[in-house]
Amino acid sequence: MPDRAMHDGAVPDGVAPVKTQRVRVAARMPMGHVRAPAYLRGKVGTIERPLGAFPDPERLAYGQPAPDRALYRVRFSMAELWGDSAEAPTDTVDAELYDTWLERLD
Amino acid sequence: MPHDHHDHDHLSPSGHPYRSDDDVPLTYWQQMEIALRELLIEKGVTTPEEIARQIDAMDARSPANGAALVARAWTDPAFKERLLQDASAASRDMGFDIGPLRLIAVENTAQVHNVIVCTLCSCYPRNLLGLPPDWYKSRAYRSRTVKEPRKVLSEFGLTLPDETTVRVHDSTADMRYIVLPARPKGTDGWDPDRLAELVTRDSMVGTGLPRTPA
Repeated sequence: MPDRAMHDGAVPDGVAPVKTQRVRVAARMPMGHVRAPAYLRGKVGTIERPLGAFPDPERLAYGQPAPDRALYRVRFSMAELWGDSAEAPTDTVDAELYDTWLERLD
Repeated sequence: MPHDHHDHDHLSPSGHPYRSDDDVPLTYWQQMEIALRELLIEKGVTTPEEIARQIDAMDARSPANGAALVARAWTDPAFKERLLQDASAASRDMGFDIGPLRLIAVENTAQVHNVIVCTLCSCYPRNLLGLPPDWYKSRAYRSRTVKEPRKVLSEFGLTLPDETTVRVHDSTADMRYIVLPARPKGTDGWDPDRLAELVTRDSMVGTGLPRTPA
């Protein structure tokens, strides 16, 4: 099943829509230059703020035409990331993730 | 004992072990860098002097600009507002050349402590803080800070109460981060220059707190 990415292409005028919702990071494990850390893949977080649009690093890294992609700061709880082994379950990790990695949950 | 090394045959006159020479072949990328640099010079695109000047400029960067930013935010509420809203613009207001850097400032409060890491590489706001310390680029710091930040911070000498929420910021893409630490007590009436002396590099990465007035 294809990933339900929040957008399927470039963001018009480089403006990212405001979103305040839960998202799941895609669990895929592609080869090559990717800026979604493996420890966040498959995890659920909430959008902390939209950051605008930036050239897609997964293409930029290979000198290919890189359309702008919406970038978000997503907040994860330590409980979500590490389960029972979390040091303090309500502490958080915020990370920047491109919309191509995010699946909208609500 | 710092000088109590076991193998006394390999000690310098100062009592430290000799560091081995780097008598190893250049790596592929080192060769490529030299080849490209020589070509750019040969074709007149740049000069050795220009390269040396740029290296000097990079080495000369220090956490002073970041400290000035923090001290101003402590004394100027409107500036603090602007810094938290758009830290790139606020930095430019201060006259700092931050290039295309996209900066986010995160504020430490009585309830929240922020700490910065780049798990994927070593992204760091060099224009404001200078070159990153070696530990910032180490695998241990990068992997442990997102898993056990409180333990990492305690190893820096910073033990946080359980009631404090720790927010780790993983600099994964196009943003860079600076922590706005809380202003130390006992500094009422201090001017920004005096306050800036309390702002350490680590307090702006989140692995430490500002100095307290003596």
